[in-house]
Amino acid sequence: MIGLQHYLTIAAMLFVLSIVGIVINRRNLILLLMCIELMLLAVNFNFVAFSRYLGDDTGQVFVFFILTVAAAEAAIGLAILVVLFRNRRSINVQELNEMKG
Amino acid sequence: MQSYYLTIVLAPLLAAIGAGLFGKKLGRAGAHWITILAVGLSCLLSILVLKHLYWGGGTAENLSIYTWAVTDGLRMEVGFLVDRLTALMMVVVTFVSLMVHIYTIGYMHDDPGYQRFFSYISLFTFSMLMLVMSNNFLQLFFGWEAVGLMSYLLIGFWFKRESAIFANLKAFLVNRVGDFGFILGISAVVMMTGSLDYATVFSNAETVAGQQIEVLPGSPWNAMTVTCILLFIGAMGKSAQAPLHVWLPDSMEGPTPISALIHAATMVTAGIFMVARMSPLFEHSETALAVVITIGAITAFSMGLLGIVQNDIKRVIAYSTLSQLGYMTVALGASAYSAAIFHLMTHAFFKALLFLAAGSVIIALHHEQDIRKMGGLRRYMPITYWTALVGSLALIGFPGSSGFFSKDLLIEAVRESHWHGQGAVYWIAYLSVLLGVFVTALYSFRMFFLVFHGETRMDKETASHVHETPWVVTVPLILLAIPSAVIGWVTVRPVLFENYFGESITVFARHDVLAHMGEAFHGSLALFLHSVQTPVFWLAAGGVFAAWFLYLKRPDIPETIKNRVSGLYTVLDRKYYFDDLYIRGFAAGGRGVGNFLWRKGDQMLIDGIFVNGTANSLGKLAGVMRQLQTGYLYTYAFAMIIGLTMLLSWLIWFR
Repeated sequence: MIGLQHYLTIAAMLFVLSIVGIVINRRNLILLLMCIELMLLAVNFNFVAFSRYLGDDTGQVFVFFILTVAAAEAAIGLAILVVLFRNRRSINVQELNEMKG
Repeated sequence: MQSYYLTIVLAPLLAAIGAGLFGKKLGRAGAHWITILAVGLSCLLSILVLKHLYWGGGTAENLSIYTWAVTDGLRMEVGFLVDRLTALMMVVVTFVSLMVHIYTIGYMHDDPGYQRFFSYISLFTFSMLMLVMSNNFLQLFFGWEAVGLMSYLLIGFWFKRESAIFANLKAFLVNRVGDFGFILGISAVVMMTGSLDYATVFSNAETVAGQQIEVLPGSPWNAMTVTCILLFIGAMGKSAQAPLHVWLPDSMEGPTPISALIHAATMVTAGIFMVARMSPLFEHSETALAVVITIGAITAFSMGLLGIVQNDIKRVIAYSTLSQLGYMTVALGASAYSAAIFHLMTHAFFKALLFLAAGSVIIALHHEQDIRKMGGLRRYMPITYWTALVGSLALIGFPGSSGFFSKDLLIEAVRESHWHGQGAVYWIAYLSVLLGVFVTALYSFRMFFLVFHGETRMDKETASHVHETPWVVTVPLILLAIPSAVIGWVTVRPVLFENYFGESITVFARHDVLAHMGEAFHGSLALFLHSVQTPVFWLAAGGVFAAWFLYLKRPDIPETIKNRVSGLYTVLDRKYYFDDLYIRGFAAGGRGVGNFLWRKGDQMLIDGIFVNGTANSLGKLAGVMRQLQTGYLYTYAFAMIIGLTMLLSWLIWFR
């Protein structure tokens, strides 16, 4: 029988995977964006799981909101990425250290 | 009479403004004519005021002209109190000022600052008149500071000379010390009585005298004593009493007419006048009077001694002025205010005369001031010689001269002032003024003989064209010589014994030595005839004889004495080390403290640690902190995750 803990485990694994992706990825900015998306999905997973478990639909409504925002965010993120590439001819994360103190 | 008073005061002011601001347009003659006419007008009106008050049966007038400000019940006004004391001072001030104005035409003849000089001395006359005619403490203080300012400007008249600048700065700073005491004294008066007006303050004197004031915590002093001593500190600064006397000899750096007008006849006597004016206060405090008499006595004797070793003709007279001011102060301390004012008057005439005579000699010798390079001038400058003789005789109190009446009776008054007790104060005062007579005679005639008698010691070049000075110089000398010689005869009885001052001066019956002396007074002639019986006469004669013997008959003896007691001579030559104490002690100490505060306090603490220190340490901190900012996205993300994790852990485990 698949219980709540299984869903939570999956969600946690996805979340940690995306964190690891952000931290160890040194090359590609697109990967970073994807990791952020993945993180949001992991959270959605939790929402849906708890919604089902507690019999409360509010959690699922939240998921829709998050998906919408994530879509918008991805659009903006990709747009910024395009502009960045146009300016610097590179999306290598290692080279993006303008903010270095 | 109000229009009279206003004219007397304002005429010199307007003339000063005219000569000062429009001097170029008026030209040299215009500048001297406008100021002389204005001061002459003041002098004439002052004489009329005196005549009105003394012979015309006029009464003292106390009127307010203008209310400047009213604050918290304290009225600050401009007003005139014209009584017989004021009238006397007005006549003395304007008369001497007029003589000096005329004399200046000759003395400053070739000076490029001619108009400026006339503007200054006219402005000084205005300030001095404001001082003496004031009816309240605020205006007194205004006049007090204004004459101080004019003194400063005139000592430094030749502002390209380094010594003149040093001297005027010194005069200003030393006067600040005195004025600080003076303003504290005025503050004490306001605190005690809540008024600046003389009349109100004097009528409250009785209550103030009964009060105690805690100057230092735990030691209550009599309020009147504190007030009077503070006021007297002001007088010490202005009237150059020891130990605040150091500025007066140096003030001789100014042109000679200034020395005569400001540093002999008028401004330096402002302190004497002030104490006499404040007699209703001083009478209430015998302690303050004892302080006054002691300071005066020390000044009178010790400054006279310094006159003997000076070689600059003007400095000799300057020390003599100090000594004579000491005499006046002693008289104040003995409650013989009238005697002090009387001596002030005669001194104004004969000392102005002596200074102007010295100036005449200086002009004739082309600005040579060293008496060792003079001698034998009697043949070349007869008018100067005779007038200087009159002045010197008056100064030493030769029987019949004006100085004789004032000084002889002053000393007599001090001798009679037994209410000071027979202790140290009384004897210091009496012996100082008595022995001072010998010293006075010695230094005055030392100077007189060295300048006018003996053989000529100047170089041939100068000697060939020494001649009598022009009439603008000699006429004031003669006009001053007349009162110096004769004014004592006519004024001694009314001023000292017939209550000339009336209510202007308050003397308690138990202090009133002059009333006591009045019983034995039988007219000027009797006094003159009895002069040979007094020790004063013999001391003066002894001084003159000693001067003649030492400096004309056997000029080698002073040299021998000098070498024999070289220690004493050095002390006198160094002026008792007062200058060294002030310049190396206070001035250098002040500069040292300033330097220390500048380097340590300002540069190190405030600039170094507070202002730049804050910026520097922030910069250093930022230099360390910026290492955390790598600029890489993943570092920031990682930091966020770590933070989030820590926050969540805290929420889960520690809440």
